[in-house]
Amino acid sequence: MRACVVGAGSIGSLFAAHLATVAPVSVLTRRPEHARLLNEQGLRVSGRHDFTARVTAASDPAELPEFDLGIVATKATGVEAAAESLAGRFPSATVMTVQNGLGAEEIVRAHGDWPLVSGVTFMSGTKHSDAHVEYILDTPTWLGPYGGTPFERVQEIARLLVESGLQAEALPDLLPAQWSKLIFNATVNGVAALTGLPHDQHFAAEEGLGDLGHLVHALVDEGKRVAAAAGVELHDDPWEMNVLATKRGSAHYPSMLEDVEARRPTEVELINGALVREADRLGVEAPLQTAVYRLVRAREDSYR
Amino acid sequence: MRVCIVGCGAVGSLFAANLAGLDDVEVWAYDLAEDHVDAINRDGLHLSGAGEVVGRPRATSDASALPACDFGIVATKAMHTAAAIAATAHAFAEGAVATVQNGLGNEEAIAEHVPRVIRGTTFPAGKIVAPGHVQWDVKGDTTFGPFEPLPTPAADIARLSEACTRAGMPSTAVADARGPQWRKVIFNASTNPIGALTGLTHGRVCEDKALRALVTGLVDEGKAVAAAQGIALDADPEDLIDHAARPDVAYDHKASMLQDVEARRTTEIDYLNGGIVRFGEEHGVETPLNRAIWALVKGLERSW
Repeated sequence: MRACVVGAGSIGSLFAAHLATVAPVSVLTRRPEHARLLNEQGLRVSGRHDFTARVTAASDPAELPEFDLGIVATKATGVEAAAESLAGRFPSATVMTVQNGLGAEEIVRAHGDWPLVSGVTFMSGTKHSDAHVEYILDTPTWLGPYGGTPFERVQEIARLLVESGLQAEALPDLLPAQWSKLIFNATVNGVAALTGLPHDQHFAAEEGLGDLGHLVHALVDEGKRVAAAAGVELHDDPWEMNVLATKRGSAHYPSMLEDVEARRPTEVELINGALVREADRLGVEAPLQTAVYRLVRAREDSYR
Repeated sequence: MRVCIVGCGAVGSLFAANLAGLDDVEVWAYDLAEDHVDAINRDGLHLSGAGEVVGRPRATSDASALPACDFGIVATKAMHTAAAIAATAHAFAEGAVATVQNGLGNEEAIAEHVPRVIRGTTFPAGKIVAPGHVQWDVKGDTTFGPFEPLPTPAADIARLSEACTRAGMPSTAVADARGPQWRKVIFNASTNPIGALTGLTHGRVCEDKALRALVTGLVDEGKAVAAAQGIALDADPEDLIDHAARPDVAYDHKASMLQDVEARRTTEIDYLNGGIVRFGEEHGVETPLNRAIWALVKGLERSW
């Protein structure tokens, strides 16, 4: 199976490097110098694994070789451009999305009729340079069919990921996992972006009246009510995911916090916005999630 | 009449400089910032902007230097009330102490140290631009009334109010000062933290319809807590919010809490939204949005 990873941030780099140990891998980058460096030096992984992989990188989609598996690993804000760059080509490819939030599959679908696979990833890494990513958390990636994609195809991709050294699991229905992560992300990313706190013990603290854990808990509960109204039975309880993550010892910097600190556009629309729109559509009250969504949106506006 | 301003920051300086212009009032200014105190004693206390005033209060950082005073006007940030009144209480053994501070709980803190307390609310605003020099941004009214558990005779409240009015700080003595106080608390609690969390000026907060709706959600909770105590607001905080958003009033004003956050100073959130939450608990009124905002700003403070 030939693979192509679109977007070489930390998640895309982890996919590309690992897959390159078991399959031919191409990488589509945004910047030409990023592609050049990858072609010259390969892609180094440190942390939980330690190796350097050879990949074929390009910043011009016209230079991409044919592939069977495309992984769109851009930020949620980059899916539109990524899908556009693949449009009208790669007829034998299955395309997998791994973005935070909801709606990435629809965006890709609007640009082509490739079979689609939904992905949710919990692994994490830190990019030290364009050609070096540190593999930090080896928590799994879950995959499920989107639309009419056969489950066997999803299982095949999951097997390839596992063979490459990553944790992956194929699920017949990804929605429960997607929603667990959606609620977790809307809550943790939103609160981190607004407070400047990394995902640390404050997020689970419920002792004092003004402690942050009360708010996190209330946000999760709202999200669970929206999921229930959508008929989704969650794969994991987002509050337990939160408590567990804060006990890991090394506080994670959620991407939305990094974005806000760098005054970049965040993924708030596809995460918090998606959850709030679902709440509206289903007629579920979600005043606190709505407040967090509006505040992060306004924070982005303050850059302008 | 001898008056001591306790806490000679921006608002305290407005009272100190203006009152010092009256022949029949001797004004003392107590403040811990020695460079400010020295500049006042050397060059006078300068106000510029909404009014050009040079007053010559006697300033000191040494509480033991204060003579017995007829009135105190406490103008510290709310978190410094207890320490400031504990240090200066000896000067007010025969006098009455008014608060013109933000938030809820200041009267109670003052009442632990002095025999008579005056509930006060003031709307003028400014900022210290250099030691001894305050930029007077906005003029506004002040209301004084009794603090019910340790009331000051109405005639004394009227005397203080009349002196402030004559000095150029228009003031009114009323029988129940809780209405204006809660109006201001609700105004501040519903707008200041939104500015602090988003980085937006007051005018821009109000222009963003979604954000303005969040402000109204906070206002409504505050109104419900006031109503549960039998407090009649003297005006609708919504009107004050819209008025302040006008380009000729305070469109470009950065809320003091935003200034605090940018300078990484502890904010008054515990006495604003935290106060509304606590009074809400006492009177059986739910305040989920104020709780959320309180927790977010506390989280922000903890991120430093």
